[in-house]
Amino acid sequence: MISLSVNGSTQSLGDIDPETPLLWALRDTLGLVGTKYGCGIAQCGACTVHLNGVPVRACQVKVGNLEGQDITTIEGVANEDGTLHALQEAWIEHDVPQCGYCQAGQIMSAAALLSANTKPDDDDINAAMAGNICRCGTYTRIVEAIHTAAGKLDQGDTA
Amino acid sequence: MNNLQNGYNDPLEAIESGRINQLSRREFIKLSGVGAGLALAFVSVPFSKSVAAASEGSEFNLYVQINRDGVIRIYSPNPEVGQGIKTALPMIVAEELDANWEDVVIENSPIADEYGRQRAGGSRSVPLRWDELRKAGAGVRAMLIEAAAGEWNVPSSEVTTDQSKLMHASSNRQTSYGAVALLASELNPPAVDSLTFKNPEEYRLLGTRITGTDNMALVTGKPIFGIDLQLPNMLYASYTKCRTIGGRVVKANLDEIKALPGVVTAFVLEGTAGVPRFDPTGVSITPGVAIVAESTWQSFKARESLKIEWDTSEASSDSWSDHVASAAELRGQEGSTVLAEQGDASQVINDATTKVSSQYNFSFVSHAQLEPQSCVAHWQENIMEVWSTSQAQLFVRGSVADLLDIPKENVIAHQLRGGGGFGRRLNNDYIREAALIAQRVDAPVKLQWSREDDMAFDFFRPGGFYNMQASVDENGKLNAWNSHSIAVSADGKEPNVAAGLRPIDFPREILQHYKHTLTLLPSKTPTGPWRAPSSNSYAFVEQSFMHELSVAAKRDHAEFLIASMGEPKWFREGEDYSLNTGRAVNVIKIAAERAGWGAEQPAGRALGLSFYFCHAGHVAEVADVSVDRNKKITVHKVWVVADVGQIINLSGAESLCHGAVIDALSTMMGLEITMTNGRTEQSNFDQYPLLRIGSRPEIDVHFVDSGYSPTGLGEPAFPPLAAAVCNAIYTVTGDRIRGLPIRKSGYTI
Repeated sequence: MISLSVNGSTQSLGDIDPETPLLWALRDTLGLVGTKYGCGIAQCGACTVHLNGVPVRACQVKVGNLEGQDITTIEGVANEDGTLHALQEAWIEHDVPQCGYCQAGQIMSAAALLSANTKPDDDDINAAMAGNICRCGTYTRIVEAIHTAAGKLDQGDTA
Repeated sequence: MNNLQNGYNDPLEAIESGRINQLSRREFIKLSGVGAGLALAFVSVPFSKSVAAASEGSEFNLYVQINRDGVIRIYSPNPEVGQGIKTALPMIVAEELDANWEDVVIENSPIADEYGRQRAGGSRSVPLRWDELRKAGAGVRAMLIEAAAGEWNVPSSEVTTDQSKLMHASSNRQTSYGAVALLASELNPPAVDSLTFKNPEEYRLLGTRITGTDNMALVTGKPIFGIDLQLPNMLYASYTKCRTIGGRVVKANLDEIKALPGVVTAFVLEGTAGVPRFDPTGVSITPGVAIVAESTWQSFKARESLKIEWDTSEASSDSWSDHVASAAELRGQEGSTVLAEQGDASQVINDATTKVSSQYNFSFVSHAQLEPQSCVAHWQENIMEVWSTSQAQLFVRGSVADLLDIPKENVIAHQLRGGGGFGRRLNNDYIREAALIAQRVDAPVKLQWSREDDMAFDFFRPGGFYNMQASVDENGKLNAWNSHSIAVSADGKEPNVAAGLRPIDFPREILQHYKHTLTLLPSKTPTGPWRAPSSNSYAFVEQSFMHELSVAAKRDHAEFLIASMGEPKWFREGEDYSLNTGRAVNVIKIAAERAGWGAEQPAGRALGLSFYFCHAGHVAEVADVSVDRNKKITVHKVWVVADVGQIINLSGAESLCHGAVIDALSTMMGLEITMTNGRTEQSNFDQYPLLRIGSRPEIDVHFVDSGYSPTGLGEPAFPPLAAAVCNAIYTVTGDRIRGLPIRKSGYTI
């Protein structure tokens, strides 16, 4: 029996195989399907979630190591009052997604970046987002949206 | 060889052509007998926002329902795989309906014959739906006007509309669409020829920036993709096929597998004979072993214990190195099959003082859409229900029905958002696999391919070769052309799907001496349409070669390209899918101007130009590239100038151009699928280096307002890019790159 915190609430994973990657536990066991399967080898970043606030690839993290740990997924990245995270707003404002499949992972990587660096420049963004592939090629707008969100957060909006 | 005459080289067009012609004559308003069937289908649409709300609405036609509270529900018929069609098509309806976009709720339509070409391919969704959806919107607007006029007892001609409202100016009365919807929906629909449409200058939506209809769901992680569907008691399947393409199962350790944790059952699907072929409509199944388990991970984990004995006697034995060797032997030669000939190109080139002869090559590539193939299928009481991301939904029901030998009426298909398509989802292979597996299981089953499955069992963009020979006269004018397509073929008669047959019209239409020949290389590797089939590779050949010719002729590249087009005309008068030299010259000129063509560039840096016409789109691109001494390139900026007629969603259109540039840069730089003895050598993204965010260029997109009806934009901005970049590299370094990806020539980004 493994229990962990997901998006602020305690979740029990039942008699799950401890080798199960967090990705599949989130999707199949907890029904949190916003975290996406793309490659299974930490190359694409579609499964990016926060483990104790740090971005990780959920396909590489075994649930057996997560007892009592704190996970945040795209479903839990919005503000506590239920309003969208500045990044989510900016993603809509800039119409970032094409197919949209990578975008949850992109937003999770960007959210980790902004929580550590409130005024990232393009180099900071390139470095923080290098692990996230967008097969459709929406990089231009991803960068614009991160700048927009950073600007809003900097003006004192809640993160 | 019909594809040769087909300017858009779309292998599915022939299958569809009868249907499209039939539909274009159809009156789309209020099709009889549709309502009952659709109502049933709505009940099982899993992600519909509110089935109850839908049933409260007044149904006007296949696309529009209006609720009493003013909510306008528009059904989007075509598959969404990232091209933005689920936003674009309803915009067309809403424009002619004169609806307030704030009132519009968009849902995927059911999959039903009444919806015609439910397919995402050939950049054709917008142009082929354009008239139909304008009629659907204008028809409803006319009915709303008539209902309001009746209520007010005034002539219909005095009632106007604005943003979901109806007005009668002289009596100062106003009502809403919602208020008269019920009454209006009970009126007889107007005759199509009585409808009036807006002039483009009256557009409120078309040509503006509208954020994607699913964006809120996407940024909050809502379940909207095919892979996201979960049904009660659903089981999860993996399907293991022979890595040597076309191998058949002799035996497998099924009893051991069935004893593994979470495994419910395991069985062999015998499959159909021969190597897999692109088959959206048929019943082919690649042999393999299905493992059905209680979770995706358990079905994946159990695969690792599979021991399968394969029979590869009929399988592919292809090796890319064999193709390379065969092409090398053909260097400088014509092909034995003449596809087109006029004048005496060989003689003119032979006699010319200024001539160029080059061989070009390009790799096989994988679609690598980010969502690996998956499909949910549920078999109950002789009815098969499938939820898929097919780009060719219109063939799903028939294909599954034929496979299972049940009536088409017994197959219910649902369309879910696809995480990328690029043509991969035009094949319905994975849907048939899911259906066949589900038929043997007493529960809904989600078939999940791994990334490794996806890359190994793709229907690839075919690799190939072109011998190019041409000459210019003493005035530096192109005067003869002799091209030779060296293309893969399984049957020795025709190139495989999407393998090289180009060129089509250019430069045949501008030259007296022209010849195009073909040689077929034996190959069983499955191929299929990949974003801008054949153009995605041939554009690199043609537009690099045109640059070679301009250099040989000592002429400015832009000036040479423009001069080669000649006078403004349609190559095939009356055909929208024909190159128009006036539109071509226009986009080339604008691109050159925007990019500052001709201005002096810093050392180690140059502009490269390319133009290409495909999918009815005229697109010119200029790339600003620098190259360092280690062959590391930087693409600073790309200018895209496109004439695709009326823009539907400016935001989506611009984004598609961004994506096409990134995709094309990614592909030309590093992407290559190779095979040895029938086995694909790449299996995941660690061996398939898709472009990362730090390598993106700045991208400037400009659309020409040419006054033409809209044509598609999913594809035509892709093809020109590779040549633009390589032409710039040549200008910097003098190194003419004639093979893709250019990583093989030592370049990095």
